[in-house]
Amino acid sequence: MPVNAPLLEVQNLCVSFATRGQMIPIVENISFSIGEQEILGLVGESGSGKSVTAMALMGLIDAPGVRITGMALFKGQDLLAMSGKQLRTLRGQEIAMIFQDPMTAFTPVYTIGWQIDEQLRVHQKLSRRQARARTVELLGEMGVPDPLNTANRYPHQLSGGLRQRAMIAMALSCNPSLLIADEPTTALDVTVQAQILDLMRNLRKTYGSSVLLITHDMGVVAETCDKTLVLYSGRVAETGTTQALFAHPQHPYTAALLASIPPMSGPRPERLPAIPGSPPQPLERPAGCAFAPRCTYSHATCLPAPPPAFHAINSHHKVACLLPMEGTPLPPRFSANTTATV
Amino acid sequence: MPPNSTSLQTTRDEPVLTVKDVYKTYTLNKGQTLKAVDGISFSVMSGEVLGLVGESGCGKSTLGRCLLRLHDVTSGQIIFEGQDITHLPERTLRPLRQRMQMVFQDSYASLNPRRRIGDLLAEPLKVHGTVNGERRSASAITQRLAELMELVSLPRAALARYPHEFSGGQRQRINIARALALSPRLIVADEPVSALDVSVQAQIVNLFADLQKQLGLTYVFIAHDLAVVRQISTRVAVMYLGAIVELGETDNVLHHSVHPYTIALTQAVPRPVVGTPQHAPLRGEIPSPVHKPSGCRFHTRCPAAQARCAHDAPQLRPIAPNHEVACHYPVLSHN
Amino acid sequence: MIIPLMRRMGQTIFVLFGISALVFAVFFATPGADPTARIAGRNAAPQTMEKVRKEYGFDRPLPVQYAIMMKKLFITRDLASYANRGERVVPEIMRAAPVTLSLVTGAAVIWVVLSIGMGVLAAAFKGSWLDRLLMMLGLVGISIPVFWLGQVVNLITQNSYHDTWLFSWVPGLGYVPFTQSPFDWFRSLVIPWCVLAVMFVGIYSRILRADLVAIMGEDFMRTARAKGLSPTRVLLRHGLRTALITFVSLFGMDFAQLVGGGALLTEVVFGLPGVGRLTYQALNSLDLPLIMATVMYSAVFVVLANALVDAAYLLLDPRVRDAR
Repeated sequence: MPVNAPLLEVQNLCVSFATRGQMIPIVENISFSIGEQEILGLVGESGSGKSVTAMALMGLIDAPGVRITGMALFKGQDLLAMSGKQLRTLRGQEIAMIFQDPMTAFTPVYTIGWQIDEQLRVHQKLSRRQARARTVELLGEMGVPDPLNTANRYPHQLSGGLRQRAMIAMALSCNPSLLIADEPTTALDVTVQAQILDLMRNLRKTYGSSVLLITHDMGVVAETCDKTLVLYSGRVAETGTTQALFAHPQHPYTAALLASIPPMSGPRPERLPAIPGSPPQPLERPAGCAFAPRCTYSHATCLPAPPPAFHAINSHHKVACLLPMEGTPLPPRFSANTTATV
Repeated sequence: MPPNSTSLQTTRDEPVLTVKDVYKTYTLNKGQTLKAVDGISFSVMSGEVLGLVGESGCGKSTLGRCLLRLHDVTSGQIIFEGQDITHLPERTLRPLRQRMQMVFQDSYASLNPRRRIGDLLAEPLKVHGTVNGERRSASAITQRLAELMELVSLPRAALARYPHEFSGGQRQRINIARALALSPRLIVADEPVSALDVSVQAQIVNLFADLQKQLGLTYVFIAHDLAVVRQISTRVAVMYLGAIVELGETDNVLHHSVHPYTIALTQAVPRPVVGTPQHAPLRGEIPSPVHKPSGCRFHTRCPAAQARCAHDAPQLRPIAPNHEVACHYPVLSHN
Repeated sequence: MIIPLMRRMGQTIFVLFGISALVFAVFFATPGADPTARIAGRNAAPQTMEKVRKEYGFDRPLPVQYAIMMKKLFITRDLASYANRGERVVPEIMRAAPVTLSLVTGAAVIWVVLSIGMGVLAAAFKGSWLDRLLMMLGLVGISIPVFWLGQVVNLITQNSYHDTWLFSWVPGLGYVPFTQSPFDWFRSLVIPWCVLAVMFVGIYSRILRADLVAIMGEDFMRTARAKGLSPTRVLLRHGLRTALITFVSLFGMDFAQLVGGGALLTEVVFGLPGVGRLTYQALNSLDLPLIMATVMYSAVFVVLANALVDAAYLLLDPRVRDAR
């Protein structure tokens, strides 16, 4: 393994489900990489395939008739080619996952502590007492007040924020190299979300973990991620450093998505620049650019298959759009009021 | 310029809705009580959009339902168009219900899945259906349905289809059309866009704004998303544990916030701009509404709390024109 | 913890009172029918009638009659059956109860073990031929009437194939008390156990499978898998444990109604002198005191079991614990 190889390198990941004799392509040709201690944001609207991507990497899709192709090299090993047993030793130990709704993500009949102990003891040779000591330590590190007693409480007895902290404690219990967080703050209140995001930003310092953060919230991405991957209808629309992507989105979808968020500062627009229509169902996905029917810039060359190939703006910024290639890139997002925050 | 601050100046002096010291208390088992709404007063003027924001458990949804008498209040007064509706019997209330409607968060659950859109929309027209004392004719109903579809920008063909054939955004348009069917004056919208994707959310927010201007509607717009509330509201009320902590013109409340909670709330909203300065997040979580802190409800999490806050509950008081706050030590140096 | 328990006890007593009053009303306070004649039996002598009327207070107001009946049932326990030559019914039930308890407990062990095994296997191999086979078997078990199955088994083990090596160990119909000979007790009951359990194995395995399949779609099962647990552990420690909550509550009710006399058909078919058979005989001879006693016995059991199920629920589901 070369020294600078990324921790996880995904190439041409495709996931499709068979329904009534038809293969429905949920995710098409997704490629990305995550370096050590890096936070990558996977952002897209519902149905864009972001959760399916994560589940496929974890080997958690077991629906009948699913077909997963491509490659996902984690520390040089292909996750998609692994046996169930090999993958299981990685899961929880090397790659851990946290989920959107911490209420339903814990088994309701066991205490929080029991469930964290369980993960520790599956992967490490620890006695019950050692495991519990580690659990209490972890809960404390995640900012859970009175961790000793909290460990003995059941999931329903904790608030949403505490449950999510416990969830993160469980995910980090075996010091994973990669943490996959699927909408970790969506079910939380804003002030609690801020706490959890703060916690996640600090993870890489304290635990050295890389994070794949899946979210629909562009604000969360901007505040948390080093790199961003924008998904639209199962395909990558644009990927780049968060800095570049937010300052100068090159894909009309990224630009329109950012524009449609009501601003928290500056003048209020008379109307929000909304994107017309809604994302296509997988089976109705256009052969050419999937965004073309909703795109203000779409023209004849956008429509025929195959979907536009990636155009590298620079070594860190790629976009699946013809505009930059045709010499008519989008203007930068902010001209003057970038700094005009409250 | 907020989109609707100039509209309908003439009727501004008379409130469409006035809420006076409203309480809504639930009795739980074990003899505990939950004060979901804990003494709230405000008025909504004609043509105004009042945004109600707050985090979970702040009582904003309960309050929204109380406004339309979907729940009965425990005490206090609700006055709609000058008439006290707090204790009106259902029969007297029914004609008034035409003038006040509600739009809910879950666009699917609010529509009967086995009925066509046309039937769903025609129902209120038939039930309440008198125009100048006469029942609506079939053709009048058809015409009204066509108007409604046009108002919410859906094709007329949609009337013949079932709720599940639509996307979330389209279904919310249908819900709005249903609320509009009887030409109400007041619409209470409870988290109407929070289940929608961002790109669709913008469409619906625009629709709300357009309809408000076009039809001179008055809204109480309940949401947890500050950015959405900022976009649509003329005035904003920030709620915390059943009470309003800050109330006033949108710009005053969101950009010249004086209540420590409002400040923390606005700072906590993630901005889609890289390099936004990060503020230390508020510590702790919202206490259970069953066990509210004494004194100022926010004092347990407040960065500016002092000894007095623990026992002396602050009342909402004016601090500037169109700006009220319930805090002993408002943050005046902010900004 | 004490107060909810007390409240629960109070409820139980109240329910028992309701049932007893209802049963009493049905049997003894029906207008137009003289309970004296019913208790005394068919063609009873006038002296007997007079004696019964005095003893039960049928010439006094209804509440007094009810009180006398309850006293005879629970306190003096001298409620006697005239149809059956003055046999006291309470001791009779006490003699029958261990038989029923033996039968039902054994069957319960079989059906719990088998249905958990079948349900878990079927759920684990959802959609495979094994799943289909097990569920088909379950359906067959549910569809076979217990009295028919009992008769067929009797026919095979007692008659047709009794002399073959396979069934020569089967004793004749009847019951041997455990205290007399544990081995013979087991031999006399093993076939009734299986016959009684068949239907319940079918029902419970199908219910358990359906519950498990539903639970497998839950978020916490995905979490358990994401933790790197083995599929077996995920299914048993997280899935089955959660599914047991409904399983146990169902079990409690079924067990109680069987002990309360619901195993009547099995008892009759296999000649086991249990409570069910007693009820059957009482009904045959219209023995009102005995019917009253068996119904009350059954009610006590079901209500007690209900309380026990609630307690088990508290133990199994922490969410319910806090909701109380």
